[in-house]
Amino acid sequence: MSGSGGIEPELSALLEDSVEDLYDNAPCGYVSTLLDGTIVKINATLLRWLGLERDAVVGRTSFPDLLTVGGRIYYETHFAPLLHMQGEVGGVALELRAAEGTRLPVLLTSAVKTDAGGKAQLIRTTVFAARDRRTYEEELLRAREQAERERDRAQRLARVLQQTLLPPVLPEVPGMQAAAYYHPASRDQVGGDFYDLFPLPGDTWGFFLGDVSGKGENAAVVTSLIRYTLRGAAVFDPDPVSVLAHLNSVLYQASEGRYPRFCTVICGSVRPDGDGAVLTLAGGGHTPALVFRADGTSSLLHLRGGQLVGALPEARFVTAEIRLGPGDAVLLYTDGLTEARTGADSWYSEEDLRDELGGLAPATAPGVVEAVIRVLEDLGDGVEDDTALLALSVPALDGDRA
Amino acid sequence: MDVVSRNNVVVTGNEAGPVVLLAHGFGCDQNLWRLVVPLLAETYRVVLFDHVGAGLSDVAAWTAERYSSLDAYADDVLTICRELDLRDVVLVGHSVSAMIAVLAANREPERFAKLVLLTPSPRYVDDGDYRGGFSRADIDELLDALEANYLGWSAVMAPVIMDNPGRPELGQELTNSFCRTDPEIARVFARVTFLSDNRSDLAKVTVPTLVVQCARDAIAPREVGQFVHDQVRGSELVTLDAVGHCPQLSAPEATAAAIAEFAGGR
Repeated sequence: MSGSGGIEPELSALLEDSVEDLYDNAPCGYVSTLLDGTIVKINATLLRWLGLERDAVVGRTSFPDLLTVGGRIYYETHFAPLLHMQGEVGGVALELRAAEGTRLPVLLTSAVKTDAGGKAQLIRTTVFAARDRRTYEEELLRAREQAERERDRAQRLARVLQQTLLPPVLPEVPGMQAAAYYHPASRDQVGGDFYDLFPLPGDTWGFFLGDVSGKGENAAVVTSLIRYTLRGAAVFDPDPVSVLAHLNSVLYQASEGRYPRFCTVICGSVRPDGDGAVLTLAGGGHTPALVFRADGTSSLLHLRGGQLVGALPEARFVTAEIRLGPGDAVLLYTDGLTEARTGADSWYSEEDLRDELGGLAPATAPGVVEAVIRVLEDLGDGVEDDTALLALSVPALDGDRA
Repeated sequence: MDVVSRNNVVVTGNEAGPVVLLAHGFGCDQNLWRLVVPLLAETYRVVLFDHVGAGLSDVAAWTAERYSSLDAYADDVLTICRELDLRDVVLVGHSVSAMIAVLAANREPERFAKLVLLTPSPRYVDDGDYRGGFSRADIDELLDALEANYLGWSAVMAPVIMDNPGRPELGQELTNSFCRTDPEIARVFARVTFLSDNRSDLAKVTVPTLVVQCARDAIAPREVGQFVHDQVRGSELVTLDAVGHCPQLSAPEATAAAIAEFAGGR
């Protein structure tokens, strides 16, 4: 084709379609209706798709009546009001009822034709057959629903698995109060924090709280191994250092040549002592415990020098003994709390926790846990890792100030 | 959050006039009243709002549990009346909001001077001798249509729409916005709208009531309008020479005249 010569004669003849032919045999349906929906003009393509005769339709049928009943409700509650308000609506997927009960998935686009004064006269609608498009969209919808179901299932699984790694309720320890809390950072993944409180022979109770490296199903496997090893070892020999040494051997062996399996943990035992209790604690690389005294003071109990459990064949653990009197409490926690982000380059710290919770006197285990839950709520999205809490306290004597 | 932002309450018209509270129905938002408001504004104090989940209401206030019954919507209407201290209210409910209006008026009749039920239906699904006009399968088809058309809604656009009400430069993107809804909200609202049965609530209405229906309405046919009129003691029935389910758009003058004539005050 030359630049200035326009269209060649042969092609020009082909293009001399009559406007009527272009309308009637267009590759889409055309229909014009009065404002009340009565069909006043319809092209041959749409009549053919619907299997209808022109005389049976024009002036007799209302276009919305050709929709499925449910589609008609959609038309009246969404399409028609929008058409009134905007003057046009495009790309709405509905189904037309064709002859012999078949259904034709279509995409409808309508525009209102107005007179010179802007008064609405007619509604013009184009109808595109959309069977393949709709099938594709339905497959997408089904895939999305499937994905949502799978996600629900994964979350349910994570929740149930998490629950099996934690005691469902804490046992009653005579003469003491205990409280615990687990804050999952994600609903999709099992966390790697754990705690437990359990009876040992005599009037002694064992407890532990710790944090496994990583999260998800691998962490859950390790957590399960740790929990049963610690409980078994404590029954065999309740001394916290030998309990940790036992755990270290088990984890180190389990790690060989495979996914590394180690954790930080504080484990200990508690036995009654006069009007209070004595706690023996052993630490393996874990954040310091927080001790609350009845006089309102609080301090961090560092177990410095304790090494990560499971990383080395022979690990060193550090032990400490403290006495809790009436109105005293101790809190064990994981670093989800003390490594929470408080700004672009700032993190919550153990000292922040001590200062924020200072003055809880006399402290009770449930009171301490509730106070930390409030701290977690304030930190909000800054808490990026799971957080486990376990608190023990000796109730204040009657007559102490509340 | 206060109810004015939660329900996007808009007060307009004659400050000293009697209160006309306009409640939109299933599908769109308070914009549906746009042609009627100017006709009422001179005489009445016109109060508009969006149901929670529709229009520019606070979507965060919506939960499937709460909004799975029309009582929650009636509760919101009463809260709006209380918070704005609206009295002797002429409550106009369109479509499903006609039944929401009935529930609200039955709970606190002293709050309302009059009820106008615009194209009401107390039950859409046929039941024995009762003809609501639809079968359960039809309602499932509607849910399919909702699923296939997220008019003006997408998860990507939603925050833009919510954060920028009334910004004209977003006009192009806000096409279809009057009828946009989060697909999950639309599904729950469709179910509560089309599967509720409020027939027994009609006989309990003590507030003077006007039933307004259209001559041809596929959603609320005339026999249903007649049923509502028969069940609400002492009610009046007006049939507009209009087609469709939204006479406030297709016949705004006649709709406003029917409301005003019944409401009095001019």
